[in-house]
Amino acid sequence: MGKILMKGNEAIGEAAIRAGCLNYFAYPITPQSEVAEYLARRMPEVNGVFLQGESEVAVGYMIFGASACGERVFTTSSSPGVSLMSEAISYIAGAQCPAVFVNIIRGGPGLGGILPSQADYFQATKGGGHGDYRLLVMAPASVQEAVEMVMKAFPLAEKYRNPVMILGDGLIGQMMEPVEFPEDLRTEPSNKDEWATNGMSTRGDDKQNLVKSLYLDPTALNDHNLLLKSKYDQMKKEEVLYEPVNMDTDYKALIVSYGTMSRVCKSAVAMLKEEGIEVGMIRPQTLFPFPEKAIADAAEKSSCKIILSIEMSMGQMVEDVERCVKGKLPVSWYGKCGGDVPSPEEIMDVVKERI
Amino acid sequence: MGKTFKRPEALSENHTHYCPGCTHGVIHRLIAEVIDELGIRKNTVGIAPVGCAVLAYNYFTFDFQEAAHGRAPAMATGIKRVRPDLNVFTYQGDGDLASIGMGEIIHAANRGEKFTSIFVNNAVYGMTGGQMAPTTMPDQKTTTSPYGRDIGQTGMPIKVANLLAALQTDAYITRQTVIRPKDINKTKKAIKQAFTYQLEGRCFSMVEVVSTCPTNWGMTPVEAIKWTEDNLLPYYELGDYKTPQ
Ligand SMILES: Cc1ncc(C[n+]2csc(CCOP(=O)(O)OP(=O)(O)O)c2C)c(N)n1
Ligand code: SF4
Repeated sequence: MGKILMKGNEAIGEAAIRAGCLNYFAYPITPQSEVAEYLARRMPEVNGVFLQGESEVAVGYMIFGASACGERVFTTSSSPGVSLMSEAISYIAGAQCPAVFVNIIRGGPGLGGILPSQADYFQATKGGGHGDYRLLVMAPASVQEAVEMVMKAFPLAEKYRNPVMILGDGLIGQMMEPVEFPEDLRTEPSNKDEWATNGMSTRGDDKQNLVKSLYLDPTALNDHNLLLKSKYDQMKKEEVLYEPVNMDTDYKALIVSYGTMSRVCKSAVAMLKEEGIEVGMIRPQTLFPFPEKAIADAAEKSSCKIILSIEMSMGQMVEDVERCVKGKLPVSWYGKCGGDVPSPEEIMDVVKERI
Repeated sequence: MGKTFKRPEALSENHTHYCPGCTHGVIHRLIAEVIDELGIRKNTVGIAPVGCAVLAYNYFTFDFQEAAHGRAPAMATGIKRVRPDLNVFTYQGDGDLASIGMGEIIHAANRGEKFTSIFVNNAVYGMTGGQMAPTTMPDQKTTTSPYGRDIGQTGMPIKVANLLAALQTDAYITRQTVIRPKDINKTKKAIKQAFTYQLEGRCFSMVEVVSTCPTNWGMTPVEAIKWTEDNLLPYYELGDYKTPQ
């Protein structure tokens, strides 16, 4: 199939269908309501489920109920909505169910604004809800990448029996780009008979399946949390994704940037190169697990004097970068968080000023 | 009559954690009997609330999900939308359904979701130690209304069955109790009717069951029954509030 021009939000909706997910529950919120509008039209065409819930709180639990009975399911929302879903996300992670959540981030805190932002980094990577859980978080930098990440999210959620979050921003959702839906990313749902509450007759057995997160016995709860931790440790080993840019040079500075912000940084890196200034860049594609080793190794480069964490948030990623750099080089932050995306020229100036 | 007291297949052998005289156990048994009689055990998914019945899944022998406080109707919606062939019920207390989960139950009922809610109204929060619920009676003393429920500050107790019956969407809404043998039979019939409507794909169904919480009412089980008769039943009138067209 050739490429078609699609808006990010609509492409995300179509990607889920192409991945084999025919169940969608959501509540409208700017800047991603187009996903719901698209799927309200599209789901009936493929005999899928579309339901507009009464709130993001309810939607979170519709996702939980559906995923707990073993069906592929997903939702999309934006920051304030994801805050409301965070209770359910904690329960879903605790109960070890797979589900896919897309957050097309807008500015915060509170109502914030409706323009692009990356201010939900902490919420996504450190746990927006309560308890010791993690999400596998992927951050696309283009509509095509958003499509592929959504398609890969379903088998990953099933592999780990854990929610996966696609962390985009308003620009990814709103922009039109040519996309294709790779056929080989369509997957069959894994067999869930071992744990899903899909009815004993569906499984042909007489054993109760139970989806729950309550462990009143302290040893049992500790064991449960150790099991969850082992999954997060496995993610760290197996799922790290990042893109290196201009890393085979004697770069003077290293930029760490993701999503829409990284596109701008990439242009700045190319323009600086033309001026004879080499800057390396690592673009995390997974934010959890974080590309720790890649950044740690990059910081060892003797030509490198400074690390810049450039993000559309007030430096939420800086802590993770510092953790990798381990004090070997200064880590400096630059960003904006009101809805304006910094320009390549702005980034160039910042780099020149700080190296 | 030669009738032996047999454990329904849908009920497990586990010993219950409920207090002596608590009506949760009776209601569990009725659900299990109905599920046996309809032969739907292997096609049923129950949803446990947060409340004294959070461990309800220990007492049944079919699939169960455990909800967050008040969210069972949203989970049931999720299940029924993707697996309409499953028989799904929520089991919820009055704090769970009528306070924190009021939004979820109203919208599920209004959408006409084809699941059944068993709503256990014991006029208090049982699990957390007898705090005031939206269903607590005027002047009733609870741990968070030590001087009695002040309706000037907290409003009147919510009549959930009446409220849901007022929605325009088709539904089966009934209020029953289990404090006397004749009521138990009626409640069982109501649960069976609710599941039957669900199996027919007809409508949302809710069976409110006026119940007791002797422990948090500070009464013996017998006193609790008397108090229910004298105080709850005149306000929470029994009967069918809505049947599907
Ligand atoms: C979000 C949240 N808030 C509060 C609680 C604490 N909590 C647990 S059970 C309960 C009330 C249960 O009362 P009810 O629903 O009437 O059921 P009963 O125990 O009487 O059967 C509360 C407030 C909780 N678990 N989760
Ligand atoms: S506290 Fe009340 S509702 Fe809970 S088990 Fe005891 S009697 Fe039943």
